[in-house]
Amino acid sequence: MPSFQETAKETWRFYRKTLTLVFTGSKEYYLWCILLLCIMGIGFLCYLPQLQIGLITTNMRDQVAWGLYISNFTYLVGVAAAAVLLVVPAYIYQFGPIKEIVVLGELFAASSIIMALLFVIVDLGRVDRFWHMIPWIGKMNLPSSLLAWDVIVLNVYLLLNLIIPIYLLVKTYYGKEPNKKFIVPLILFSIPMAVTIHTVTAFIYNGLPARPFWNASILAPRFLASAFCSGPAIIIIVFQILREYTFIKVEDRALFKIAELMAYAMFLNLFFLISEMFKEYYSNTVHIASLKYLYEGLHGHNLLVPWIWVGTIMNLIAFVLFLFPATRQRLSTLNIGCILIIAGVWIEKGPGLIIPGFIPDPLGEIYEYIPNFRELFISFGIWATGFLIFTLLMKVAIPIASGEFSHVKYMEEKNFLDPVKDGMLQKQ
Amino acid sequence: MLDRFLTRRTFLHRISMVVLGSLCMPFLSSCGKERAEDFLQKHFLEMTTEEKEILINRLEERYFKKYGKKFNLSIQEAIPNTLWGYGLDLSRCIGCRRCVYGCVEENNCSREKPQSQWIRVIRLKKGSLINLENSEHYYNPDTVPEKDFIYIPVQCQQCENPPCVKVCPVHATWKEPDGMIVVDYNWCIGCRYCITACPYRGRVFNWADPNVPTDKWNLSIHYLGNRPRMRNIVEKCTFCVQRVRRGRYPACVEVCPTGSRKFGNLLDPQSEIRYVIQNKRTFRLKEDLNTEPKFYYFFEA
Repeated sequence: MPSFQETAKETWRFYRKTLTLVFTGSKEYYLWCILLLCIMGIGFLCYLPQLQIGLITTNMRDQVAWGLYISNFTYLVGVAAAAVLLVVPAYIYQFGPIKEIVVLGELFAASSIIMALLFVIVDLGRVDRFWHMIPWIGKMNLPSSLLAWDVIVLNVYLLLNLIIPIYLLVKTYYGKEPNKKFIVPLILFSIPMAVTIHTVTAFIYNGLPARPFWNASILAPRFLASAFCSGPAIIIIVFQILREYTFIKVEDRALFKIAELMAYAMFLNLFFLISEMFKEYYSNTVHIASLKYLYEGLHGHNLLVPWIWVGTIMNLIAFVLFLFPATRQRLSTLNIGCILIIAGVWIEKGPGLIIPGFIPDPLGEIYEYIPNFRELFISFGIWATGFLIFTLLMKVAIPIASGEFSHVKYMEEKNFLDPVKDGMLQKQ
Repeated sequence: MLDRFLTRRTFLHRISMVVLGSLCMPFLSSCGKERAEDFLQKHFLEMTTEEKEILINRLEERYFKKYGKKFNLSIQEAIPNTLWGYGLDLSRCIGCRRCVYGCVEENNCSREKPQSQWIRVIRLKKGSLINLENSEHYYNPDTVPEKDFIYIPVQCQQCENPPCVKVCPVHATWKEPDGMIVVDYNWCIGCRYCITACPYRGRVFNWADPNVPTDKWNLSIHYLGNRPRMRNIVEKCTFCVQRVRRGRYPACVEVCPTGSRKFGNLLDPQSEIRYVIQNKRTFRLKEDLNTEPKFYYFFEA
């Protein structure tokens, strides 16, 4: 057994090495990171006045109490859920090195969850009272508040998605086999948790009779279906970037299979949409107002109409592209489809879901919301934070997975540089 | 006797508060005393009587420093055997909005940029009452009432099944024993989930620091009602908790020039509100949502 001191030293060495890895890279790497840091900086500068003056600096008001922040939050929870759910088909269809896919997917999910939580934080009026939401220390309204539940499941999910990949990576670094009894249950647990975070997030909106637009039981299934489109679409693109620049080999076959699964998910998503449209338009009660506002405008107010139609058409085109093997199995059309889905689902499930819920408000007032520049830049800043976190994680994870960065290599280097010291170590 | 022994829960709670406090030491020592006190302030319902006393003194002192006025801060509890109910005669209401502004003055609401109002009077075309989609919020004729319209003042309906209390993630809002829904402004985290959940628009957000002219402060305040508030928290109508617990009418009842507004104890068979329910044909807004409001609209029979 190594002594405590020895372990501490070794841990410190490992962290130092990861820091060196993070801080050294190609010119493109530096440029990319600096660009992201600049966007984050601008976002932060925009956030300060919001903190000091109040949320009046946004375009949200009593009529539309949630806006761009919560829209992004909803979208990102879906992305995070889908990244992990992808582990299931990866295992069933044997996409390739399953361990690498698990590690990638979970790190991607972790980055998305961090973004989602940041979006909640910037939306909070009193960030200084964050501790009221911490279980046992604060005063959580359980079991009745879905938002309290969401805070819990999102944080558990974040922890899972950090513990699993870091454990696997550290084991790989030391060239040891991971303890299957420890890690497999955790991986299996993260799969239902992915469904859970998304369902609970849907229930936040779903359970409010004051908002008929969300008060439809199709909402949670629709959330899952659209998450299965947008999440994998991002993953397909990430996989292609990674296999271009790193050793990770993901076969085309795997990408095409994911695309096929996305076609099914998109079919379900569109089917659910049609079900909802039919119910609202055929029964034509007063509850149709929000849907009408979204798709055709209400009493001359139609700010969201062009957006939702662009989004819907994007989803439809992507569905056709992914439906036919000829277009699905060609990288150019596949990538077009992915980008269409990423944007289309963002519109449909971000602003297209959150904002119409508030229009008209419960007393029939129409306040048209469109985010202002502050909200936009703060949102860009958070997206940049997520990208940066994922980039840095990849910067360390990939060399470990490829064996470039490992304990054995480190010892070899040290022996080469400092044979005397190593001799002493061997004597011990 | 029992409270001398620490239960496991309170023990854990205290331990975690110490940990939280020490973790936040760098932050707390860098900011002023006021902010540190605010940061560590407990939930109102979890304070002991002594802690509440200290809180009152602290807040009164602070308000004096900040606004140069001697406020009288009350934490008076609900009177036993009361359940407040409200009646509003729609056939009398002329839509003059005096209640709106009477409320703003009584409750120390922000006057401008932004103006926050707890009562909202909506105008509907005669012939329709339930579908609020055709309501006009910003009607502005030379004189009211107008020939073809009726007016519905809406404020917090003090539901018996309040959706806002159900959804609040941190229990910052609750139903008092006398049926009023109140907010601990120092506990609210500003997530606006309650605004989203309220079917009556009974809740208002302080989008910026409220501003009230110095000579306009109402100095008789209640901790759960009209005390000066801060930015980025939710506030709402409390049926004037600072008045009704002292046997006075809510400000909107007093200010109404047509006598459309009635108020009383639902548990008292002799009360005005019980008379209204007994003798008029009353209805409540959005009864289909099962929120059980204690706000009764009626027409002169």
